[in-house]
Amino acid sequence: MQYIPNILFIIALVAGIGYFTKNIRKVIRNIRLGKDVDRSDNKGQRFKNMAMVAIGQSKMVRRPIAGILHIIVYLGFIIINIEVLEIIIDGIFGTHRIFAFLGGFYDFLIGSFEFLAFLVLVSVVIFWVRRNISNIRRFKTLKGWPKNDGNIILYFEVVLMTLFLTMNAADLQLQALGADHYIKAGAYPVSQYIAPLFNGLSEGTLIFLERGAWWLHILGILVFLNYLYFSKHLHIMLAFPNTYYADLNPKGELDNLEAVTNEVMLMMDPSADPFAAPAEGEEESEPAKFGASDVTDLNWAQLLNAYTCTECGRCTSECPANQTGKKLSPRKIMMDTRDRLQEVGANIDKNGSFQDDGKQLLNDYITPEELWACTSCNACVEACPVGISPLSIIIDMRRYLVMEQSAAPSDLNNMMSNIENNGAPWPFNQMDRLNWSNE
Amino acid sequence: MSETVKVPTMAEYMAEGKQPEVLFWVGCAGSFDDRAKKITKAFVKLLHNAKVDFAVLGTEESCTGDPAKRAGNEFLFQMQAVTNIEVMNAYEIKKVVTACPHCFNTIKNEYPSLGGNYEVMHHTQFLKSLLDEGRLAVEGGKFKGKRITFHDPCYLGRANSVYEAPRDLLKKLEVELIEMKRCKRNGLCCGAGGAQMFKEPEPGNKDVNIERTEDALETKPDIIAAGCPFCNTMMTDGVKNKEKEDSIEVLDVAELIANAQDL
Repeated sequence: MQYIPNILFIIALVAGIGYFTKNIRKVIRNIRLGKDVDRSDNKGQRFKNMAMVAIGQSKMVRRPIAGILHIIVYLGFIIINIEVLEIIIDGIFGTHRIFAFLGGFYDFLIGSFEFLAFLVLVSVVIFWVRRNISNIRRFKTLKGWPKNDGNIILYFEVVLMTLFLTMNAADLQLQALGADHYIKAGAYPVSQYIAPLFNGLSEGTLIFLERGAWWLHILGILVFLNYLYFSKHLHIMLAFPNTYYADLNPKGELDNLEAVTNEVMLMMDPSADPFAAPAEGEEESEPAKFGASDVTDLNWAQLLNAYTCTECGRCTSECPANQTGKKLSPRKIMMDTRDRLQEVGANIDKNGSFQDDGKQLLNDYITPEELWACTSCNACVEACPVGISPLSIIIDMRRYLVMEQSAAPSDLNNMMSNIENNGAPWPFNQMDRLNWSNE
Repeated sequence: MSETVKVPTMAEYMAEGKQPEVLFWVGCAGSFDDRAKKITKAFVKLLHNAKVDFAVLGTEESCTGDPAKRAGNEFLFQMQAVTNIEVMNAYEIKKVVTACPHCFNTIKNEYPSLGGNYEVMHHTQFLKSLLDEGRLAVEGGKFKGKRITFHDPCYLGRANSVYEAPRDLLKKLEVELIEMKRCKRNGLCCGAGGAQMFKEPEPGNKDVNIERTEDALETKPDIIAAGCPFCNTMMTDGVKNKEKEDSIEVLDVAELIANAQDL
């Protein structure tokens, strides 16, 4: 009977990590639904980008209040995980504070976890106020599930940190009472102020409190881990690969579509025979689709972007179209892409392979009006703290509208026919191009 | 606008068996737009003054394809690109300078993978290099002490991280350079990029160029400096909308330098 807690713990751990792994595999499969794009070059530069932007939070601190608070929560998250390691070992083997043998260093560790837990609590409260009370447009514009999602994550943090400190406060009392197993170890700079609340409680009640907080804390962490997949919060893991695989070219550079290059080269080659049969051994392939009307037309890096987005809205708050009341919101582009990708993934789970559901990213999620409002100014790309490019998705969808559907606004059709006919976006004769020199 | 400036073409250079130091890519706005033609002429005067051996493509130049590409017409873009690259490669062009950040970005970043590899400079970068080499003198003249704010073109700034060359030139004019609250990598777009120049804006509550002009007016400038013919148009329209055209001029960096010297 004495091993029941150990067994229950192992079951909870395996179930929690197992279900999470199952869902993460879905995320990876869904990302792989995207088209191939080569991001295997410049490994050094990519690591540097990840070190600066994801690990070093360099773009977060461009907005100092949110940036510094985020660093506290981020550090708290990473460092308090050392404590989780101890909890897991204790849970499996039925030990208590297995790292206590570290002595003075253990005191330092527990002490710093407590400080961080306290700072995280303070930060999370400020975050909640910013999201729900302050007049910050990028948060005010979130409604429904995305708004609740953001708050739920904050509540999780509050509960987890409070349980951690409660557990330590009860432990401190038990250490003072000299209860069995509760060896004197650790420093408790924050929970020492909570401990007096438990004065006069019996040893049994204190053990119930300590164990209760311990169990709820670790179960809470496992639930939080599994909540990630259903929320916008995957950035705590995906920010690292996302910054590594980000586009390293100058922001102004758009990719040149290879399928188009092949066609153009054929047109420009005077000796090419457009009716020629494909060379032997070369299969006649289906003509490539130009641009993107659904998530599977995007590349995997763009789909990784969508899962990484944590809906902070810095992109939208910097977008000139959005600021002047147009429908375009780069954040919505990313949220729509992820929602549609989740829908496609669920369709595959249900049917084994994707069955036409009569929907696509274009029109059902993102309208042409949004796409045509973009000035391609790259403000959204510059603003993103984790290297997402909403612009590349907008351009790919414009490509589909223009090259597959000829559905450009009529002004743009005029501009393009001018370029085709006389080599300028306006109706001037190419032969007049040097007239300015003698006007 | 009435005086004729001598502008040699690549064809003339070729006929003489010579190669210029640099190709001046004029661009569609610089060739056809009445306002932008003044910028082109000012830049040509500076090139002559610095004794730069340059040529233009003239009637052999065609749109780089930038607005087509940003509108989503990759076919038209690549047709334009391949045609232009064929012309430039035939003339064995090594170095290109242009006063349009859109042409600059396209030729610099999007032509190489289609076979066009050149050293490409924005005119502010080129003028800065002439200044550093002692070939160009920049002095305050009539602009000395004026309040000037510089609007970063997206395709020069964020797109290609060129922020200092235009500012270095403006500082040489001994002006009071005042930054807008949103500048450099945070600079707000003028509203013309991504082919917006050629269409009506989507429904909204304001035009982007008005929003940006308000940023500029907050600095109480005498002059708004630009480095892009399209930004120039947008900001000029914004200033007119605010009925400030009598007190605030919108001028390209090249015009400021040329006008300061009364060229």
